[in-house]
Amino acid sequence: MLEIKDLHVSIDETEILKGINLSVKAGEVHAIMGPNGSGKSTLANIIVGRPGYTVTRGEVIFEGQNIMQMFPEDRAKEGIFLAMQYPVELAGVRTWQFLKASVDALRKHRGEDQFSVRQFDRLLDEKRQIMQIGEDLIRRSVNEGYSGGEKKRNEILQLLLLNPKLALLDETDSGLDIDALRIVAEGVNTFKNSDNAVLLVTHYQRILNYITPDYVHVLLDGRIARSGGKELAEELEDKGYEWIIKDVAAAAS
Amino acid sequence: MTQALAKNERYQAQFKGIVDGSSPEWLDGLRRQGMKDFSSLGFPTARRGNENWKYTNINAIANAEFDIAPASDVTLEGLKQSAPWDDDWTTLVFVNGRYSADLSNPSTDASVTVGSISELTRSNGNILESHLTSIAPTANDGFAALNTAFVQDGAFVHVAEGVDLETPLHLLFVSTANETPFITHPRVLVVAGKESNATIIESYVGVGEGKYFSNVVSEIILEAGAQVDHYRLLDESDEAYHVGVARVSQGDDSSFSSAAFYNNVRLGRHDLLVTIGDGCETKLAGLYITTGRQHVDNFINLDHTKPNSTSRLFYKGILADRSRAVFGGTVYVRDGAIKTDSLQSDKNLLLSPDAEIDSKPALFIWADDVKCGHGATAGNIDRDTLFYMRSRGIELEEASRLLIYGFAAEIVETVKLKSLSDHLERIFLDSLPRYSFEF
Repeated sequence: MLEIKDLHVSIDETEILKGINLSVKAGEVHAIMGPNGSGKSTLANIIVGRPGYTVTRGEVIFEGQNIMQMFPEDRAKEGIFLAMQYPVELAGVRTWQFLKASVDALRKHRGEDQFSVRQFDRLLDEKRQIMQIGEDLIRRSVNEGYSGGEKKRNEILQLLLLNPKLALLDETDSGLDIDALRIVAEGVNTFKNSDNAVLLVTHYQRILNYITPDYVHVLLDGRIARSGGKELAEELEDKGYEWIIKDVAAAAS
Repeated sequence: MTQALAKNERYQAQFKGIVDGSSPEWLDGLRRQGMKDFSSLGFPTARRGNENWKYTNINAIANAEFDIAPASDVTLEGLKQSAPWDDDWTTLVFVNGRYSADLSNPSTDASVTVGSISELTRSNGNILESHLTSIAPTANDGFAALNTAFVQDGAFVHVAEGVDLETPLHLLFVSTANETPFITHPRVLVVAGKESNATIIESYVGVGEGKYFSNVVSEIILEAGAQVDHYRLLDESDEAYHVGVARVSQGDDSSFSSAAFYNNVRLGRHDLLVTIGDGCETKLAGLYITTGRQHVDNFINLDHTKPNSTSRLFYKGILADRSRAVFGGTVYVRDGAIKTDSLQSDKNLLLSPDAEIDSKPALFIWADDVKCGHGATAGNIDRDTLFYMRSRGIELEEASRLLIYGFAAEIVETVKLKSLSDHLERIFLDSLPRYSFEF
């Protein structure tokens, strides 16, 4: 589904990603872990096309096509979704309106009719219940006055509504209490099936207790320093990142 | 002879047809005084050293040769298309400055006097005489002076003491533009009696294409304890000029709430002064959307003359293309006006690098123990915001449309009248300007 080949990315002349290779197949859950500043968020953002990054080498292939020149909205239409680390507040734009505009945009792309209000509300009610988001929140401006947990739950609500092929989660677990974390994980697990894939970016192993990864990759200084199964995450939980940093340094010398 | 003086002679000549002996002497007296004051004041074309006109150039008005507005007609159906309308409202329609009995829907309520000034000079001469020009004097304002010189029809509203008027009053001034530039002098006088309650809509709507100049003066007088909800809509023709001098006087314990909307005009200026008594509440909201080469100038002054009053000013602007907006004016807190609580805010959304806003709200405080704040912001839609929406599949154009509407909606939502908010949604939403920054 997703093939990343020798990807080098810079922000303002500073190289952040220094040659990433990664292959994600349908049905898989990959966790990208790493300390702060290792390039995890950059990797997630470059896949969805956030402006401000320069790709200096390599490519990102999604479902057989190089997506690096595509607009963010076109990538979304092809089925790529990012649950953001810092969801943006949209003053005056009602959450309901925003969600419907998104769902309609993707339906239009697939050649389907726009939902009627009733059809959309039916879908929304079902997904809202999974994410335990009340109706009052939907009537407010997007993310305005939402708590940290509500913002993250709203991101996963969007994941469920848009039902992409590839879901990227950028530190969705950060700042969540245990109850919110469970709800978020439940949302992701509801989404997950054999036809889609999840790429989960996280600093901590905690969320992996609820969402079981098939692969764990450790990102250090813009490179994947180590890949393994879910036991790698447990090892990190015990030993911290220092252990891999030393290992990598030793291997290099 | 300067060009400006030559223009003044044109108004002098037009004036000769106005004072024809058919009106009461007091009214002709006001007109003569207006003409005299205009002759000495002229238009405020000098901007150097004139803070009130620093950012707005009215040479186009001063130098134009306007005819007296011709009689014209519009159909009721056409009117309902271009102006806010509700069959349940009391509506006075003026076409090119002339009261149209056919299009109007006058009140049958005996507790309110609504009608054209020229007609009501007979039945309500005393109250008209004691209030007309009482808060918008001609001595220091060329536009107000010129308007007064040409006062004829115009809307007069008197709500009797203690009356709670449930039916909104709509004062609708329509101009039918054509190839010959013309001038109208709409006049509004509202007297809300003690403890009365009324909702008033002032609309200035243009149909057709061509230059004209709406030279408006509104006087709204709230006696003690009165409550007035006021709306003002500017939706003139593309080439129209509009200068509105609005004066509001709030008696003690009165409440004035106003929302002003600017959709279309070539050059528009709203000069509003609210004089506030003891224990009053004043709420002013505004939304201006400018496109093309439009220029909209809001000059809003609040004068707290007595203690214990609260004022809130909340204006928003959306500026596209090469348009320009000015937001100026001052909150005055006079000596002794303690416990004044005043907040002003003017927020602007710039949709184009060529649009310009000059926003400079000010405060002058002579009293102790007051709470005052003001702020002005100008910005464009930020990249992260657009990215967030686009990453959900929403096209750039639709994303900016939702954001622009969201910005505007906050003001539109203050409107309590369904027919009016429906109309505003329609005129604003159907033609929201677009975002033209490079992304």
